[in-house]
Order: sequence, then C-alpha cells, then structure tokens
Amino acid sequence: MTAVHPSSQPAPGAPEAPAAPELPFLHLDCLWLQVTGTVCNIACRHCFISCGPKVKIHDLMTVEQVARAIETAAAQGARSYAFTGGEPFLHPEILELVDLALARGSLDILTNGMLITEALARALAGRAAASPHSLDIRVSLDGIDAAENDAIRGRGVFEAAVEGIRNLVAVGLEPVVAVTTLAARHESPEGRTAFLERLRELGMRQPRLKLIPPFKLGREERRGGAYADWERVTADMLDAEAPWKLQCGTSRMVTNRGAWPCPILVNVDAARMGDTLEEALGPCALADQACHTCFVEGFTCRT
Amino acid sequence: MSDLRPEPPRDAEGRSDLRLAAPTVRRDVPVEAAHSGPVAVFGGIYNNWLALEAVVADARRRGAEALYFLGDTGGFGPHPDRSVEGLRTLPVVSVAGNYDVSIGASAEDCACGYTDPRDNHFGQLAYDYTLANTAQEHRDWLATLPTQRRIHLAGKELLLCHGSPRRVNEFLWESTSPVAFVDHLTTTQSAHLVLCTHTGIHWERRLPDGRGVVNVGAIGRPANDGRLCVWYAMLRPEGDRIRTELVPLAYDHARLAREMREEGLPPEFVETIETGWWTTCLEILPARERRRGRY
Repeated sequence: MTAVHPSSQPAPGAPEAPAAPELPFLHLDCLWLQVTGTVCNIACRHCFISCGPKVKIHDLMTVEQVARAIETAAAQGARSYAFTGGEPFLHPEILELVDLALARGSLDILTNGMLITEALARALAGRAAASPHSLDIRVSLDGIDAAENDAIRGRGVFEAAVEGIRNLVAVGLEPVVAVTTLAARHESPEGRTAFLERLRELGMRQPRLKLIPPFKLGREERRGGAYADWERVTADMLDAEAPWKLQCGTSRMVTNRGAWPCPILVNVDAARMGDTLEEALGPCALADQACHTCFVEGFTCRT
Repeated sequence: MSDLRPEPPRDAEGRSDLRLAAPTVRRDVPVEAAHSGPVAVFGGIYNNWLALEAVVADARRRGAEALYFLGDTGGFGPHPDRSVEGLRTLPVVSVAGNYDVSIGASAEDCACGYTDPRDNHFGQLAYDYTLANTAQEHRDWLATLPTQRRIHLAGKELLLCHGSPRRVNEFLWESTSPVAFVDHLTTTQSAHLVLCTHTGIHWERRLPDGRGVVNVGAIGRPANDGRLCVWYAMLRPEGDRIRTELVPLAYDHARLAREMREEGLPPEFVETIETGWWTTCLEILPARERRRGRY
C-alpha cells in the first residue's frame, strides 16, 4: 500500500495524516437532526455511533432545539429534513417534531421500525397526507429472515421490525428499507431481487431498498475492523463536482450538543463545527477516514 | 445576497479552483428576448416527435407569441432524428438538457442522475438507442445549445433551465421544493420565475409576491397519473402578474406506441404510453409522488 499511497505513510514514531482537504459548502439543502441522540432501544453490532439504551453521548433534543434548528435551516432555503438517532420514535414528542419539519419541507425518518404501532402508523399517515411535502419512513433490516437480521441487530428485532413495516403498509405509508451491505450478496442483482420479493410478501406494492455501506467507526470498527491507513480522502481526489456529490457539500447535522458536517461523524470530536447550526454553514475538512467511504461508494445518507 | 458567488478562477487546464464554492449562479446569461404576449414552455420530448408537432400547433392555437423548449430531446421514444429535425425547423428556442449534452458529446450515458440499478438499466437502453439513431449533424447541433436562457415576459425576468439553475440534472420535485427553497432559488438567481423540467411531472409553487418555480412537465411521456395526455405550460401576463396554465396535451399516442414496437423498444416503455403509468425510472421519485403512481 505504501507504494500506491506514499503520502499516507506515517512518519517514524509520530503517526501523522496528510493535510485533509476542505470541501466548500454550497448550500444547506438538507438538515439532519439527531432527535434522540445516541439513545436507542437496541444495540446493533454494526452501529457506527455505538447507540444503545443507556448511551448518552448525545441526548434527546428538546422541542425548542429542534424548532430553532429547523427555522434556521428554512431561513437558509433548505429543501429537506431528516430525523435520526438513536431511535427517533423513542422521543416522547416525536409527532410534534414531525409537524415542525413537515411544515417546512420534506422529511425522512430513519428508524428500526420496532416502535411503530398501528396507532403511530395512522398518525404518521395522516400527517403525510396533509402535507404538501414528502414523508419517507426508512426502516432498517439487515437480512430477509430473523436468523440473518438478528445476528446483527439483536434477538427478536426482525419480528418487531416486520410488525412495524406491516403497520406502515396497512396505512399506505410504505417505508424504504435500509440494508447495510455487510453481506456482499445484498448488493448483487440476485440479492436485491430476493430482498424485494420478501418485501412484496409483506404486502408492499412499491418496495424500495436503500443500500448502506458499513462505516468502520464505533461498534462496527470493533466488529469488522478499522480503516487501513491509506483509506482517506486527499486533495487530488476532488474535483469541482465533489461538493455536489458528497453530502457534506449541501447538508449539515445537529444534535443536542452542537453541529457536525454529517450524521456519520457525530462521535468524532475533531469534526464538531460549533454549538449552533449557523456556525456550521461553511467549508468542512474531509479529515476522517470515514469520509473515504462516502467518496469511494458515492454514498449519501439521503433516501 | 451573500449567496451570489462569482465564477471560480480556473487553472491552466480549465479546472475550477476547489477552494471556492462551485458556481451556482451564472452571470454570463444575458436576457435575449422580451415578450409581451403569452409564451409556451415545454420540456422532455424524449423522442416523442408526434407530441412535439402537437405542442407547437396547440400553443399557437392558444395564442403563444413564442415557444421555448427546456431540453432532453432524446430518450424513451422512437426515431430520435425526427425530434431534432422538428426542433431545428419549427419556431422553437431550445435549452440543453442532460440528454442533449450527452448526445452532443457522444457520451457513454445520459447522466440522468438515477441512483438505482434498475433505473440505470432502462435508462441505458433508451440512451444507447437514441445515440445510435441520432445523426452526427444533429449531435453537433445539440452540442451548441446553451444550458440556460433568460427572457423577459411583461417586464419580468424568467430563467429557463433543464433540471435546476444549479445543475442540469438536478430533480426539482413538488414535494421536495418547499416555499423556503423557492424563495432561495429565485432570490439567488435573480429571477422572477425559474422554469424547469427533468422530473417529468408538472407543478408550480409561487410566493405571495408572484415569484416562483414552474416545472413545466414533459411532452415525451404521460405524468404517471393514469392519463394518456402529456403536459406543458402557457405563461400569460395578467396585470402585473404572470399566470401559469399547465396544459394537458393530446397527441397520437397509438401511433407512437406502434412506432416504438416497430423499433424494438422495451415493452415497459410502450406500456407507459398506453396506460399513463410509469413502469421504469421510478426509484428517483420522492415518497409523495411515488404513492400517486401505480408502480
């Protein structure tokens, strides 16, 4: 690897990465909000921010914090909003937060689906029908059956997630299903077809998949291994299109503790851009090795 | 506005300097015409040369003083050269879409901006057919089209583009283009109206002061609404406002479907012409637009 990426060779005795390139910030198209922080009802083995029931690296955002961030984004001309966590539906005022976002733009909610009861699904469907903007629920599954999924996401998770999906399908709010590509076959045409067939069996009329590459951070770093030293973005890799292709050119992330370039890096203290969203509306450094995953995979967290 | 950015400096090889933001506002597009009467604006011919003939006749009947086309001549339908010949001989002023940029450069794909493998599969079938059946002379003509134009209508400035003023292949959907974004776009682009296409579904969002974004839809295929007509826009000055009329357009869809079959185009494409429901290139639809369709 040294021959191919000599610039990433650490100096003897003092590992030092090459200077990270800065990515211009074009416009705040999308605002991410970690509404429940790192608090989650499960603890997946591949979670890149190590969420769990007692993990409070980031805590729940208050309604006021969410409202302020959304109003700031709307004043910038934002198009869309996305709620993540943790598990967003653990937030006791989640429907109020949904109303705040849908009043201003389209909304994606990233969830494990386990807490989506019939009543909650109906409440969400009513809001989707009443808004001129799109509401997309994205439910994570990491396999087409319990054995495959629960090995990663925990015992009983598949059954509960499928129940949530059925509740959404019943009210016409078919979710996008997010699948991490830990198993390479999910990326193959056959793997995708198998997944889509499984979703049709669950009653979906218009099944949609969102494939997500693993990020070697948090619990996933322990499970699957760390980034190799050469896996980093360097200035020569970027062109004028890069700020449009990388999501940090047009979106930002807020938590109860401040603002970050993206949802992937919220546990990387060096990536923190300030206390408020306003402070984060400028260029960011592509300094973390996880940036390499977005670059080579052409990945964006958007649906 | 602080968002108005200059063109970035370029190095000796013409590459932009990444230390500055990429340009989102172009200052090199002069106002090229001023109209006082209604104008017709349409997009996305997708090789539907029968709809091109129909839209010109329909717009004239409705009193259009001028006709503007927002790009994507090729894709999906039969006999690409007929549409290019139509554009070159009919009284239509054209803007380039991503398809025109690609065909003009004999590029490998349409740069439509799809992210799903199935969308890309069908998109590639349409593109390969279109490229193979577009004469070099027509490719050269498509390559001359600008990606933006500006005109005045009753004294108000209209920006004509394909996807968005920011990117030729950006999708501006109704459900993901809220008031705040429309305000941002019209302000930073210094335009009363931004007129675009690319998504294939028509919509309009206006601000109280009349500024707004109008997606004129496409005349190449139906709007995924179960109807067989296609759509374009008539813009009429009324007092100090400009009224948008989104117009359903009938054309000889039976003949188009027949020609598509004769050309060996995918049955999925023909089904859309005959039913009004999209069968392919669906994965880019936002949730709200997707739910309205059959597939």
